[in-house]
Amino acid sequence: MNIDFVPTAQPVSRLIEEFHKLPGIGPKTAQRLTYFLIRMPQEEARALAEAILAVKDKIILCSICQNITDSDPCIICCGEGRDRTKICVVEEPLDILPLERTREYKGLYHVLHGVISPMDGIGPDDLKIKELLSRLQGGEVEEVILATNPNLEGEATAMYLQRLITPLGIKMTRLARGLPFGADLEYADEVTLIRALQGRQEV
Amino acid sequence: MRAPKVYKTEAIVLKCINLGEADKLLTLYTPKRGKFSAIAKGVRRPRSKMGGHLELLTHSSLMLARGKNLDIITQSQTISSFLPLRGDLWRSSLAIYAAELVDQFTAEHVENYPLYKLLLNTLGWLCETQDVELILRYFELKLLTHLGYKPELHRCLGCSSSLEPTTNFFSPGGGGVLCPRCRENEPLTQPISLNALKVMRFLQDSDYTRASRVRLSAALSRELESLMRHYIRYLLEREVKSVEFLDRLRGEVIA
Repeated sequence: MNIDFVPTAQPVSRLIEEFHKLPGIGPKTAQRLTYFLIRMPQEEARALAEAILAVKDKIILCSICQNITDSDPCIICCGEGRDRTKICVVEEPLDILPLERTREYKGLYHVLHGVISPMDGIGPDDLKIKELLSRLQGGEVEEVILATNPNLEGEATAMYLQRLITPLGIKMTRLARGLPFGADLEYADEVTLIRALQGRQEV
Repeated sequence: MRAPKVYKTEAIVLKCINLGEADKLLTLYTPKRGKFSAIAKGVRRPRSKMGGHLELLTHSSLMLARGKNLDIITQSQTISSFLPLRGDLWRSSLAIYAAELVDQFTAEHVENYPLYKLLLNTLGWLCETQDVELILRYFELKLLTHLGYKPELHRCLGCSSSLEPTTNFFSPGGGGVLCPRCRENEPLTQPISLNALKVMRFLQDSDYTRASRVRLSAALSRELESLMRHYIRYLLEREVKSVEFLDRLRGEVIA
């Protein structure tokens, strides 16, 4: 967007324009953030600028699990006490956080960095699928847990991976799909209910 | 009189884009209002009351509130979630292709009830039929008919004479078939075999029950697919994106 016509100093309008590129930041928010930064103490502003640079300079993708990290291999991949026979496949690096918070899962991860989305022209080659397959060649892995989101595209990706990995003879599991904790049966959709019925457990 | 603030409609979800913290921007196809976008708030939270009813390619009954710019979905109830589609990679990819065609060919807020009905029926047929590709060709031909692009398959576009039972030529630019003589002045044509022409005529003129009885050989199926693809690409003036994934899936099945 062109906001050149605003009669402000060039560094100011430049910063406004940079903020405007961020997701969820409209022209007004960009202006407000900029004027807030102008009043900020010198050292705080410098700390912010350095933090942004550090993220760009130091953050890389882990060569094993493709998670974002500042050391290669990442903390999870070289962590002690990790179960190296299990790999949990997730769509985005952010998906690892809630899984780690459970403290239930001790295996490794693999981040696909996206999901197959034919309508947007995103195919298997745009994801980190080759990297996953080469990890499975070693023979150390006994189970692959598919933890893509339970929507149409996540399911399609899971089914696609299933076709690639089944011939390798590795056990594959999919996260259970059913009613979330605190849910209300009245509002449950039929797909969720069918899955919940199919996966019911003896108590 | 001012339009009421809330209204109800059925809809098929054609497209979903994440928006903000937990919202989604959905592209809906509806019987009376055509295609339009609406916001579904909070549906990405696991405990959302609407989330599961607004998945891609779900047929739902909705209540919407008029917004300043985009309308907001306030209630939703699934009518059909086309469950067999979701467990089958090939069928769900074909359904995505069908939805993409409708999305690409339609403009916002243009009502087209026959097309809505066609898409709805096609999603249902894709759940049960054996020959899914035949259904797709049927869908494409009917879609073009409902949009005003029905190809002329009985008479030559050039000389208006009845087509001879021989290999003729399909012209995407003319939207129909040319006889071998008239084809000479038309550079962008594709040969169409007699069998392909007959099947296209039959699909175009039949309802689903009759059309679904056709059995296609693999070669004929490929020929029809290629003809339809060229024509559709010509009309849209761009690629249908999900085609690439379909080709890839098919390639891997054979390999």
